[in-house]
Amino acid sequence: MQSIPIEHGLILAGILFALGLVGVLTRRNIVFVLMSLEVMLNASGLAFVVASARWGHADGQVMFLMILTLAAAEVAVGLGLIIQMYRKFKTVDIDVLSEMKG
Amino acid sequence: MMILFYIAATVAVVSTVGVIVQSNIVHALIYLILSLLAVAVVFFSLGAPFVAVLEAIVYAGAIMVLFLFVIMMLNMGQHTLDQEKTWMAAKDWALPAGLAAILLAQLLYVLREYRVDIVPNEVGVLEVSALLFGPYVLAVELASILLLAGLVSAYHLAKK
Repeated sequence: MQSIPIEHGLILAGILFALGLVGVLTRRNIVFVLMSLEVMLNASGLAFVVASARWGHADGQVMFLMILTLAAAEVAVGLGLIIQMYRKFKTVDIDVLSEMKG
Repeated sequence: MMILFYIAATVAVVSTVGVIVQSNIVHALIYLILSLLAVAVVFFSLGAPFVAVLEAIVYAGAIMVLFLFVIMMLNMGQHTLDQEKTWMAAKDWALPAGLAAILLAQLLYVLREYRVDIVPNEVGVLEVSALLFGPYVLAVELASILLLAGLVSAYHLAKK
């Protein structure tokens, strides 16, 4: 079986993370922001799995399972908050959340 | 396995670009599913089949369907689409994209002399579950509490 250089896996994780960061920074629609957060979480999980493949251990894969759990819980809470926000403000623009007073 | 890795990596990067530049939210979601499936193929080529399957089932299956339900509930029409296009002006995203590119360039600079070849040998379900129910059993319990908290709070937040 051919070998894969580990830095290519890490570079892929870095590119995906940077793309997710651009999405979080630039989008104003809160659903897009949540989707970009998913991309970032997935990229960090990819880095764990690459490290796990480097050492031939399963620990990195266990950490990926933890990230998966975290992402599921985060999305459930985040989407609940988006629904509440849409009921209250009738928009998905995150700029309306700039005031503390609801 | 090597060629599989590079093809899947290209698909993942291109479809993730599709996620962040799309103005139609459903198209962006489909691109995100494609990106997650491509990352699942990357996992498979790195010798982690269990994680690849979980990525396809949990991420691309369950979490993305949750997104789809919420997009359907919000029922954002043509108005949001037009609004989205005006929000995507070049002057708004040029600076954040440039800053993120600088961070990425620094990361690549750090990684430039780190050269280790990995020969992916399969680390499958057996090893992962032996760890999950051995030394990491407390983490599994904590994850279940986290999921329970997420369930309760999602129910509470989405309630009218």
